[in-house]
Amino acid sequence: MAHEYLHNVVTLKLDQDKCIGCGRCVEVCPHRVFRLNDRKADIVQHQKCMECGACALNCPVEVISVRSGVGCAYAVLKGKSQGTGPDCGCCG
Amino acid sequence: MMENACPENEHPCRTRKVQATWTWRDHLGAWKMRWGFGRNRYRVQPGLYAMGLPSPEDPVLVTANYKLTFDVLRRSLAGQNLWILVLNTHGINVWCAAGKKTFGTDELVKRIRKHHLGQVVTHKTIIFPQLGAPGISAHEVQKQTEFRVTYGPVRASDIQAFLANEMKANEQMRTVTFTLRERLAVVPVELVQALRYFLPIAIPVVLLSLLGGINLSIATALAMLPFLGAILTGTILFPILLPVIPLRSFAAGGWLLGILYAGGLALFIHAGGWLAATLLLILPPLVSFIALNFTGATTFTSLSGVEFELKRAVPMMVASAVLGVIAYTGQLILGG
Repeated sequence: MAHEYLHNVVTLKLDQDKCIGCGRCVEVCPHRVFRLNDRKADIVQHQKCMECGACALNCPVEVISVRSGVGCAYAVLKGKSQGTGPDCGCCG
Repeated sequence: MMENACPENEHPCRTRKVQATWTWRDHLGAWKMRWGFGRNRYRVQPGLYAMGLPSPEDPVLVTANYKLTFDVLRRSLAGQNLWILVLNTHGINVWCAAGKKTFGTDELVKRIRKHHLGQVVTHKTIIFPQLGAPGISAHEVQKQTEFRVTYGPVRASDIQAFLANEMKANEQMRTVTFTLRERLAVVPVELVQALRYFLPIAIPVVLLSLLGGINLSIATALAMLPFLGAILTGTILFPILLPVIPLRSFAAGGWLLGILYAGGLALFIHAGGWLAATLLLILPPLVSFIALNFTGATTFTSLSGVEFELKRAVPMMVASAVLGVIAYTGQLILGG
């Protein structure tokens, strides 16, 4: 069954005009958010983005932006209490 | 195993041999990891490993030095001849370490150079796990080392098929899942972690009950059972029911499950008004909090979503719990 998390909060953005159609984002996305249409990447499942940041980091022309980080409540709370960014240290 | 010293004048670099089969020790270790025992110390030496009898034309796979990750990978490679480059992620699995960038561009570039990969193999391709992609920049690695990164499948169990299919992954191999089996695999660790909340909650309840003049055995039972049930509801029932809970918010879904649990409990023990109110005010936010914590074990929750939930849910949890304590105190004073 397909899991879905909160919609409308995801920060993923793609500047399609500058996309060179290399397909790296399609390759790395674990939730199949991107598709290649007419040699341009397209966001087809925006609501499924988990903000892992793989697409942005692997985009050679840097036209994808996303505020990436771990979707982990414990990490966010720990980061807040220690004044750092979200960091878990709990996952093995 | 020997440290991969790799002196400049020795070629090819000394590599360690590795087999696909698991010993009883590997099985025991994997079981301990599933229950969260000694997770910070379960590591293999980073370095270059030889699976079977690899030649310079054979593929290179990259992985993390969490021993369970390494073991699952090698077990899935029975019959293959290839190289495995293990990066130092300080014992953290591929996906988590990629998020922290320890399974990242710098470490990969460093290892490629340190182990003279360019001399060990004649080709220029390295197979990197897809879930490592949040940590590395493929074009940056190519720029710095001339090695081209090909992303392998999400799951180690698909690697044989990936290699047989000219290193092409289909949609299913590229997609992360969170099946019942995968959810159950993370339950033990969640349970062990959630039980840590148990004593700080149970002790004040016992004390409060004792102050109210209830004898110790009843007070202890009162403190233990509903909370233990809430913890089990949050850590076991919530993950199992996750796909059928009709709310996308983990906090809301957990709260809903908590209301069903607390309501059911109140009916079951024929609780009076005060006690029923106490149960319905204290237990659902606890289940909700545990459910919200489960976001960290899932494969699909986003940082923005978790922050959104926390901001709204935590004040409500605190308010509900405070009202619950007031209701409990009221019950002790006025009698339930």
